[in-house]
Parts: sequence; structure tokens; C-alpha cells
Amino acid sequence: MDKVKKRYERPIITKHYSGLMNKFGSKSISAPKTTIEGIPVEYLVDQFGSPLYVFSEKQIRENQRNAYRIFRNRYPKVQFAWSYKTNYLDAVCSVFHQENSWAEVVSEFELDKALRLGVLGSNIIFNGPSKGKTALQKAIAQGVKIHIDHFDELYDLIELTESNNHKAKVAIRVNMDVGVYPKWDRFGFNYENGEAWHAIRRILSSKNLQLVGLHTHIGTYIMSAEAYRIAASKLAALARSIKQEFDIMVDYIDMGGGFASNNTLISQYLPAEEVVPGLEQFADSIASGLFELPYKAEELPMLILETGRALIDNAGYLISTVIANKRLADGRRAVIIDAGVNLLFTSFWYKHKITPAQESGLHTEDTTIFGPLCMNIDCIRESIMLPALKRGERIVIEYTGAYDNTQWMQFINLRPNVVMIMEDGSVELIRKAETLEYLTECELIPDKLKTR
Amino acid sequence: MSKYSVPETLAVSDSGFLFLPNTGETFTLNLVGKEILNLLQDGLSEEEIVKHMLDRYDIDERSLEKDLSDFIMQLRKYSIIKEE
Repeated sequence: MDKVKKRYERPIITKHYSGLMNKFGSKSISAPKTTIEGIPVEYLVDQFGSPLYVFSEKQIRENQRNAYRIFRNRYPKVQFAWSYKTNYLDAVCSVFHQENSWAEVVSEFELDKALRLGVLGSNIIFNGPSKGKTALQKAIAQGVKIHIDHFDELYDLIELTESNNHKAKVAIRVNMDVGVYPKWDRFGFNYENGEAWHAIRRILSSKNLQLVGLHTHIGTYIMSAEAYRIAASKLAALARSIKQEFDIMVDYIDMGGGFASNNTLISQYLPAEEVVPGLEQFADSIASGLFELPYKAEELPMLILETGRALIDNAGYLISTVIANKRLADGRRAVIIDAGVNLLFTSFWYKHKITPAQESGLHTEDTTIFGPLCMNIDCIRESIMLPALKRGERIVIEYTGAYDNTQWMQFINLRPNVVMIMEDGSVELIRKAETLEYLTECELIPDKLKTR
Repeated sequence: MSKYSVPETLAVSDSGFLFLPNTGETFTLNLVGKEILNLLQDGLSEEEIVKHMLDRYDIDERSLEKDLSDFIMQLRKYSIIKEE
């Protein structure tokens, strides 16, 4: 009988450097992530290939319910609107809509996508600096809430509604100084210089535009809850002026989104979970700003939130496979995986949590992770402590739910399957891997260039 | 047949802690790394090490060869071993 051989692990030597320890150091490697929502990673790859995007229905619902509860505990009327640009996979949007989220769209394409999914026009918020007249017309006809970004758009709306004798429900987007950098002043009308007030007066003097709300969106990955209190209090002041001067009460205040998720930025020293405020803190700040509104409790306007990243980031995973190991000129270890930056756009600004999907040794090595593209920029992580990984082994990249499936692109390789693990444990394909036929469907070859 | 010399002053503990008295540098080796270094100390060549390890570990020859050559490169870079 053959004797039982010992489990092999690649030989590793790690040099010790003094003076680099710190008391904040977090564990460099955690337990392997062998399953996602109870489904073995190997099974998922076996069934759907690698790389593979995986979403958890359960996690999305939990995130949405939790966020609603947190805001509802602090303010009486709360409505979420799912930010399509964060992730507009039909299945993902549908989960949010089942959880009573409206749709927040920023282009005609996104508007069409929401309408196609059966969202009522009155439950769609249309934001963005470039809506286009056709889309505006469609939005007016469907009763969509149009958030005006600039005066040219405001005058387009006046013209469109007058020529068709339609009424449009509108809000304005307001930008303001909330004490955070960078100050976003490219979207909407400025608060401090009086532009926002000027826009409001112009809307209220038009017989076909109905001012239903006020909107702001102060930035992205905002780490200061206080900034939201300032923003809410400035919108409350605007609402107060509208009531005093025109005796009109807006239906809603839309505080946008921009709450940071638990993904760590590349420039961040400490892990995000240690420095990012919780949703409770954002909610506290917003509610305390809004309670400056001049309304009786029962007349308070609805609070709309367009939270994207914080509701989906932790529900998305990217499974990838090790293609090769190599040693760089300076001695550093590098691994090449089968998912590149074209699939994981967010690796340009996040240090994702990356975990082996199988048991590995305890020793870790400073490793650079490259994607499979023949392009120098294709680096998923400059430096991460990882145990020895063998060819063909899997890694799981976490917090990939936001923006990756909207900003990803076909580049050198085709985009892979996306699956959703359903609440009952079944696994559903929600976006098929691309094929050459799919990709060339929109291409045309002039006759003189045809070779066959 | 590549053989390597290991300084006699080099100290490796059972847990894989490596100390170079000449420079004061310290390293950590995993178990397989420690075992290979011990074999190098015993004067085994690369080929002999492959044979020895294949006999004891659940690994194919090609992968082991690749890993060993990479590991030896690391040991040389840190001046822990020298080619004879």
C-alpha cells in the first residue's frame, strides 16, 4: 500500500523588517472563502465558468431593509430610489423594486430600462446633466419626476410643456458648500450664490411646471456624516423660503446618495470598516438637518434617498482563477488571474478584500495581482499579503457589487457570466457570458472591405 | 547538477525561524521551505531534493521543480546560499 503523502505547500521565505509594525495592523489573511451564501465556489465555477460575477439576493434585501429601518426610525416618511448607474442588471434592479425602491435614472437608456422593468413613471426620478429633449418628452408623458440640472434644461422643459400643453413634475438639483472637498458644483444650481433660488422662482412662474421637490447629491464616498446635516439644513432653508414667499410646500427632499461603503480606498491607510461612518450616523445627520423644516410633523415632506454603493457593494463577488505565478525583477511574487481591470474597474480606486477560495498555508507573501490582459495597466492589486496560490486555484474578490457591472467593458476578453444566488439557495444565471456574435452584432463591414 | 553551499553559522529553528549571524537578518520559512533548506544544509543537489520531496509530498514533479527553482532564487537573493 502506498504511504500517505504530506500536504504540499509552495516553499516560502519571508524577510523580517523592523520598525514597520503598527498597533492598527489588521489580520493580513483570514479564513479561506470556500462558499458564497453556502454555495461552494468550486461548484459555481464548475457550472458557470471563471471568472464569474456572483450576487446574493439575500444580502441585497437585507441591505435595503436595514437601510430603510435605520432612516425610518429617524424620519417619518422615507423612500429609496435605486441608483441605476450603480448596477443596472435587470435582476438586481428587480430585487430593489420588489423591496419598494423607486428608480433613479440619469439617461434615456436607463429611463427606458426602468420603464421596461415595469416601474411606474411617477416612481422614477430622472437626474443628470444630459437628458435630451426626446427623453424629457418621454419623461413628461410618463409623469416622471424630473430633476433639473441647468437653466438650458429648465427652458427646454418650459418650451416642451407649453408646446404640448403638458404638465411636468420637477425638482431642482442644488449644489452647495458642505465643508467637504472636492466641492461638487458641476451639477445643479448653486445655493450660496442664489442661483438655486433664481431657478425656483423661474419654475414657479411657469404654469406648466410643478415644483415637487428639492434635490442635492453632495459627492461620492463621503466619509463625513456632518456634511449631510449641513446639506439637509440648507435644503430645509430653501423649503422654508419657498413656503414663506409662495405658500407652497414641496412633496419631498431628495438627499441623493454618496454614503461610503466598507470598501477601502487605495489611498486609505486604515481599513474602511474602521473609518467609515455607519448608515445610522448619516441618517442621524440628515434627520437633524431636516427637522429644521417649517412643517408640522404630519406635513413633513418625504425624504428620498438614492443610495447606491452602500446597498449593493457587499452583495457582489467576483470569482477568479490563478493562471500563473511569477517572480518580478525585484523579487516580489506576482500572480496572474483570469479577471482583469476591464471587469473590475473599481480596482483603480479600491483595495478590495481578496481571499483564497481554498485552504492554504499560514505563511503569506507580499504579492502583486495582475489581470490577464496584455496591457501594463492591468493590475488588480499592487501589494497584498497572500498565501502561496497554485495554478488553477480560485480567489474571491469581495465588495464588487457597485459600479463594476456598469463600468466594465469588453476589452481583449469577453465579459463572463453573472449569477445570482437566490434566497432559497438556487443559483440563477442573470447575465449570459458574451459571445463573438453578440459583440459583432452592431458592426458593419463596407462592401469593398469584405473578403468573404 | 547544481549544488549549493550553506554557511555553517546559519541557524534555523524547528518552527522555521531563520537567523543570519553575519548580518543580523531574520526570516520566516514555512515548513516546506524549512525542509528544503535543511536538505541544502545536508549537501543535497537540486535533483536530489526533487526526488526526496516527491517521495514525501503530494505534488507533481513539474510544479515542484518550478517552486524549487523559484525558492532557490530567493535564497540566493538573500545571500543565504551560494552556488558551488
